[in-house]
Amino acid sequence: MNINATIIGQTIAFAVFVWFCMKYVWPPIMQALNDRKKQIADGLDAAARGQKELELAQEKVLEELREAREKAQEIIELANKRSAQIVDEAKEQAREEADRIKVAAQADIEQEANRAREVLRTQVAALAVAGAERILGENLDESANSRLVDDLVAEL
Amino acid sequence: MATTASEYIGHHLQNLTYGKLPAGFERVDNYGNELGVLSEDTWTFAKTAVEAKEMGFWAFHVDSLFWSVLLGVVFITIFRMVAKRASTGIPGGMQNLVEMVVEFVEGSVKDTFHGKNDLIAPLALTIFCWVFFMNLMDLVPVDWIPGLATAVGIPYMKIVPSTDPNITLGLSLSVFMLIIFYSIKVKGIGGFIGELTLHPFNSPNKMIQAVLIPINFLLEFVTLIAKPISLALRLFGNMYAGELIFILIALVGYAQLPLHFGWAVFHILVVTLQAFIFMMLTIVYLSLAHEDH
Repeated sequence: MNINATIIGQTIAFAVFVWFCMKYVWPPIMQALNDRKKQIADGLDAAARGQKELELAQEKVLEELREAREKAQEIIELANKRSAQIVDEAKEQAREEADRIKVAAQADIEQEANRAREVLRTQVAALAVAGAERILGENLDESANSRLVDDLVAEL
Repeated sequence: MATTASEYIGHHLQNLTYGKLPAGFERVDNYGNELGVLSEDTWTFAKTAVEAKEMGFWAFHVDSLFWSVLLGVVFITIFRMVAKRASTGIPGGMQNLVEMVVEFVEGSVKDTFHGKNDLIAPLALTIFCWVFFMNLMDLVPVDWIPGLATAVGIPYMKIVPSTDPNITLGLSLSVFMLIIFYSIKVKGIGGFIGELTLHPFNSPNKMIQAVLIPINFLLEFVTLIAKPISLALRLFGNMYAGELIFILIALVGYAQLPLHFGWAVFHILVVTLQAFIFMMLTIVYLSLAHEDH
């Protein structure tokens, strides 16, 4: 355990190692560490920005969704109104058509009744004449009778 | 290999020393066999502790230096490799580990040292990793590499550089030189001398101040000198003691296995802690050197 020139050798070695470390080891490692630190900071910044943008976009989405819903509601209301209108119109038309048909039918009925009445009247006149002939047993003056019968018929 | 316990321990605690033996030195090996007398000054490896002592200051602990430099190269290689491929993407396994260490060291430096100095952080990183690797050699079973070395004819092989006070002193004296360099650079020569002589006692009276200067100088000088000495001896003492206990455990036969394991686990803590303390104190001392009173 003698103290000897080993000290000098060790000192020289130490100086060389420290110099090398200072020159070629420490700076690149620190550079890499600092660069990474910066990268991470940038990444976090970007993430925060992205988050904010996402929030904004979500807000916008909600807004547009609300607008779309409102518009859809409007359209539905309009459609409902229109459908009610169509139904009303249809009802109205149907009613008119029904009235028209009813009127036509009534006219028909009346016409038919009149015609029947006319037929009846002529038949009744003929019957009356025939009945009268038979009752009287002789031929009456055709023309005078006819006038008579016609008067009679008109009275019916 | 040595035979008795004390020889075994002595063998394990002896560094492989390369130095100059003076002319006329009688070489005797560990078993008392005479190897002859040197006719002239000879640069050689010491075969015994006595020879290592005889070599004086101008000798080198080749094993300490070899392992220390090797581990330094290991550290530099790993970190340089990572530094070269360092990317800002997701770090892989090794890059992750290295970045963790670098960030830990950077955090320690930032917490303690508030000035601007591009040297402190790499210095702290080098000290932490290098000392950590040197300490870590303590966990290699004590007989493996020395045994291998003996098999190939190398008489001594101490593989934990931080159990050699020369190595720890080499580190701490380098730090000490930096302390003085920065003290003078920041405060100027006058400021540095003032710091050594005008604290902690001072007086507005010039006469009293003149008397106080030597007292201050004594106190401050001891404080200053204590920094590298304590730095070196703390690391050396801890690692030496740990190593010694590993050697003692290795002497107890098969019972050494659980003991060795237990001590090794505990030693992991010491290894890391001592590396951290060395680094931390270096930062603190250099930070003090930068402070202007």
